[in-house]
Amino acid sequence: MNNLKKQDLKILCVCGVIFAIFQVLLYFEFIDPYWEANIILILINIILSVSLNLINGYTGQFSIGHAGFMAVGAYVGAIMTVKLELPFVVSLLAGTVSAGFLGFLIGIPTLRLNGDYLAIATLGLGEIIRICILNIEYVGGASGFMGIPRITNFPWAFWIAIFIIFFIKNFKNSSAGRACLAIRENEIAAETMGIDTTKYKILAFTIGAGFAGTAGCLFSHYYYIAHPASFTFMRSFDILTMVVLGGLGSMSGAITGAIVLTGISAVLADYPEWRMVIYSVTLIVLMLNRPQGIFGSKELSRKMFKFGKLGGKIHGGTAES
Amino acid sequence: MAELLKVDNVSMIFGGLRAVSNFSMHIDQGELIGLIGPNGAGKTTAFNMLTGVYNPSEGEITFDGKRINGKKPYQVTAIGIARTFQNIRLFSELSVLDNVKIAFNMHVKYTLAEAELRIGRYYNEEKEITEKAIELLKIFKLDGLKDEEAKNLPYGEQRRLEIARALATGPKLLLLDEPAAGMNPQETHELMEMIRWIRKEFNLTILLIEHDMSLVMGVCERIYVLEYGCCIANGTPDQIKHNKRVIEAYLGEEVS
Repeated sequence: MNNLKKQDLKILCVCGVIFAIFQVLLYFEFIDPYWEANIILILINIILSVSLNLINGYTGQFSIGHAGFMAVGAYVGAIMTVKLELPFVVSLLAGTVSAGFLGFLIGIPTLRLNGDYLAIATLGLGEIIRICILNIEYVGGASGFMGIPRITNFPWAFWIAIFIIFFIKNFKNSSAGRACLAIRENEIAAETMGIDTTKYKILAFTIGAGFAGTAGCLFSHYYYIAHPASFTFMRSFDILTMVVLGGLGSMSGAITGAIVLTGISAVLADYPEWRMVIYSVTLIVLMLNRPQGIFGSKELSRKMFKFGKLGGKIHGGTAES
Repeated sequence: MAELLKVDNVSMIFGGLRAVSNFSMHIDQGELIGLIGPNGAGKTTAFNMLTGVYNPSEGEITFDGKRINGKKPYQVTAIGIARTFQNIRLFSELSVLDNVKIAFNMHVKYTLAEAELRIGRYYNEEKEITEKAIELLKIFKLDGLKDEEAKNLPYGEQRRLEIARALATGPKLLLLDEPAAGMNPQETHELMEMIRWIRKEFNLTILLIEHDMSLVMGVCERIYVLEYGCCIANGTPDQIKHNKRVIEAYLGEEVS
């Protein structure tokens, strides 16, 4: 077990190095503001895809209402900072807890559903959250919540993303995580092995929703504004696409998916007419050739390179972000 | 011997169908009981009621002095009933080791916070579980395959893994649903030996459904026979072999 600790430390060191490199590059302005914004967006998307992967990939509950939880985090965080003038850490915690709590409440009735039905229910709930916010004047209604200070920067986004990645990784390697995987693999068998399936489904859903709230809070504190239009079901689909592209059930996959898709969008920003074409062609090609996603349900590891299944990505690629 | 399981006049009704009708059974501590019957007789339905998958429409099931009716499957497992499935239900994308480790989950004491922070009981308990799981796999000669995904195992080994996984929950009563399905005579023979052995080693009571009569007659001490949801006979293998109703159920009535 000491090996695990060592491995964690190693990954953490790699993260530290990557952080230092990016920090230096940013300090000397080798990375222009456009790419800086995109790097932060990538980090936020990584949080979103990793947390959705916990629900969809590990626990096997097909949820597509992630944007709704993100919106809750964004607005609650903004209220804490702007209206109550509390420090950013409190806003982040409040955003996380409130989104998680909402996930918990929503999870109790919806997680009785399976497959397509759960997908539709969560999609609907995401929209309900957005439309509720749209009609609350206190948070600006349709014109959005304005005047949020820009507090999110590279270090905040980076270390929060790392924290969440580690949180979910440790979760997966615990008895609770194994219970979730068992539910994904075979719910009936999981239950006869003594696993309270409802409890673990709700637990995973709550944690996933909570971290979506964290991402939302970072998001609204970067773009000065929280607007209902940012949290439509299109964003939920975007996050889902990242997870599926990377490979459902793979943390490395979720991270890679977020980097690749956000990266493609950023690179193609100058060719708006081609952007969606290339974006969709990428997805079609991938789905035709690797329907299980880039990583399948595997994690990036040394073993993978021995078999030579994948190349080009260093382990830091996971950590980088 | 002490009575372990008592099934009292239990029925399972699906709409207009009585899948199991007024079924009674009792099993003493340490017995090895067979449940046979033609296809569709309601054997698996009976298993599902015993494990909490179905809630019986009528009647009462008590195990070890506790009522099972209305309990969820995981609660039934917690009081000591484990099972395997007719159509193997392994966690197919997970490793063989993880399959068994999951069954130890009930006995894990560390909290989620301890697991997240990697402190306290986490390492010790994880280590303990892993060691126990490997020990169990060794018994079933699967330890060499522990990192293999369960779905890649040959059929016979998947069956063995399912039994190993059921034993990991620490049951008093083990229910085996057609353990020999799809096995050749040689494998069936080995399975018989193994069933006898695990009963002694783990101090188990076993109830098994099986179509392979050589296995049922070979290992079971008592047999219950179901037909169309009704229990038509019960007794020792010899009694069952010569029971007229049983022969009729399997082979049809004699032409006069």
